[in-house]
Amino acid sequence: MSFCAPKDFFFSPENLEVAKKIMAKYPAGKQASALVPLLDLAQRQNGNWLPRSAIAYVAELLEVPAIRAFEVATFYTMFNLEPVGKYLIQLCRTTPCWLAGGEAIAQACQVRLGIKVGETTPDKMFTLKEVECLGACVNAPVMQINDDTYENLTPDGVVKIIDALARGDKPPAAFVTGCGGTCSCGKGKGGKC
Amino acid sequence: MLADQDRIFTNLKGLEPWTLDGARARGVWDGIAAILQKGSAAIIEEVKASGLRGRGGAGFATGMKWSFMPKPSDRPHYVIVNADESEPGTCKDRDILRFDPHRLLEGALIAAVAMHAHTVYIYIRGEFVSEAKHVQAAIDEAYAAGLLGKNAAASGWDCDVYLHRGAGAYVCGEETALIESLEGKKGQPRNKPPFPANAGLYACPTTVNNVETLASVGEIMRRGGAWYARIGRANNTGTKLFCISGHVNAPCNVEESMGISLRELIDKQAGGVRGGWDNLLAIIPGGSSVPLLPKDLCEKAIMDYDGLREVGSALGSAGVIVMDKSTDIIAAIARLSHFYMHESCGQCTPCREGTGWVWRMMERMVRGQASLEEIDTLWDATKEIEGRTICALGDAAAWPVQGLIRHFRPVMEERIRAARRKAGCA
Repeated sequence: MSFCAPKDFFFSPENLEVAKKIMAKYPAGKQASALVPLLDLAQRQNGNWLPRSAIAYVAELLEVPAIRAFEVATFYTMFNLEPVGKYLIQLCRTTPCWLAGGEAIAQACQVRLGIKVGETTPDKMFTLKEVECLGACVNAPVMQINDDTYENLTPDGVVKIIDALARGDKPPAAFVTGCGGTCSCGKGKGGKC
Repeated sequence: MLADQDRIFTNLKGLEPWTLDGARARGVWDGIAAILQKGSAAIIEEVKASGLRGRGGAGFATGMKWSFMPKPSDRPHYVIVNADESEPGTCKDRDILRFDPHRLLEGALIAAVAMHAHTVYIYIRGEFVSEAKHVQAAIDEAYAAGLLGKNAAASGWDCDVYLHRGAGAYVCGEETALIESLEGKKGQPRNKPPFPANAGLYACPTTVNNVETLASVGEIMRRGGAWYARIGRANNTGTKLFCISGHVNAPCNVEESMGISLRELIDKQAGGVRGGWDNLLAIIPGGSSVPLLPKDLCEKAIMDYDGLREVGSALGSAGVIVMDKSTDIIAAIARLSHFYMHESCGQCTPCREGTGWVWRMMERMVRGQASLEEIDTLWDATKEIEGRTICALGDAAAWPVQGLIRHFRPVMEERIRAARRKAGCA
């Protein structure tokens, strides 16, 4: 977990290979197209946040002006320009989730973690954020923790998910709360999971 | 209701494998070589005959859109799949991406041949991480099986398909913002003209199509445009994925005929309104960008492009958001105002500033801390945004609030009066 911004940022040898593969998706001379994917790769290498040095490094790699890369990094909401906890909890706040009880989910998370939306726990384990529509509205309320979507949440269910993560376990997506057979957990085949 | 044999999206619930074997068992990729060998003109004619209209929200005729692409020249042509699904209330493309990605790849390949494109980019919203994994795995399978790449599906046509992940920006669902984003820039929509068919990605001829649109094309080519055109009503043909969320007993994604009545859709496919139909307050029928319908209009609403226009709303992306009588309707729309404020790209002043104004006024309307005349001021504010911006996000921010004022003005007025009574005002 790198909470201090690295003075210099470089892709690891493995990630440099990944970066080259991403750049090869675009025509010669159009490598700037790889800007968003490479900023994402840099963020993943750097503990889920994007320091200025990483933005500058990606800009140099793609031969675009640093200011353009910075512009892009600040435009897209998935780029974290400040350090975040090991688990970034993103609660959907938009109307379909709100109709399905999203406020109670947010309340349960805040009570369990002892922080407010927008804050990080003192042990740097959890950051709680509210985001706009995550695009899983028929399974509302939903949240995303790092790469995983959790659906059909209940206040008790989210506490169990956070408990599992705090213990070091990784609950499979929608494990605790059940998905009605529409999630990708594999247990839903033919019915409820 | 849609007959089972007319369904296209037979793995919408993900009960069968999403991989190539599973897709082949569902008939995906069947006869693809013969379809592609028909050639560009015949494919476009078939799609035109089907009456298929874009499923992303705008509802433009797909065959017509394809026919706008210029003849082959020294400039490369591009097909872009718009998988940036972010419209509140909408999650249909997600279930195609994760449960039936080959159906999308098949449609994308047919589109590429029809529009003389050797390259397809699938632009998927960044939050769809596991969905992107399925799509990439499907692309890898298709290459390994010779369905993509050099001489794709033995058609004699080379076609590469690349997945490109976004990073969180609703506005990138607008096709020119998506192109900007794909070029590695901020997702800010372009002025049109030039239209993407003339100058799109890298200033080359480009067509952007929604996931559901392209995923429908394979079956249209196999069964014929006439088959598709028989489903639904004239000018509103085919099947449609509806996402039913909110206060229903069984929220779901479901494929239905265009032209099904809103009430039948809710009652037969989503288990009915929570507490019964009479407990219904209002429905947003086409994703957050369209005006809501109060109960009396819900009773006569027909779910297609023309049917919803007749009742003053729109089909949009067919995200059906149901609200029962327990709903604070002002707060529900205020949440949407916050959404548009957050997602405005900041390029056009009326939208950048106006969405903030509208949200702040809506927050006061929720608490009733306003004067009655300010409801008109709010209406005016939405009119200052609507039609004055480069892209439709400004309109989309204005219409939900206009729908609220049009149909629920007495509720807003009563909220204000109640707040004044509570504060001891005369």
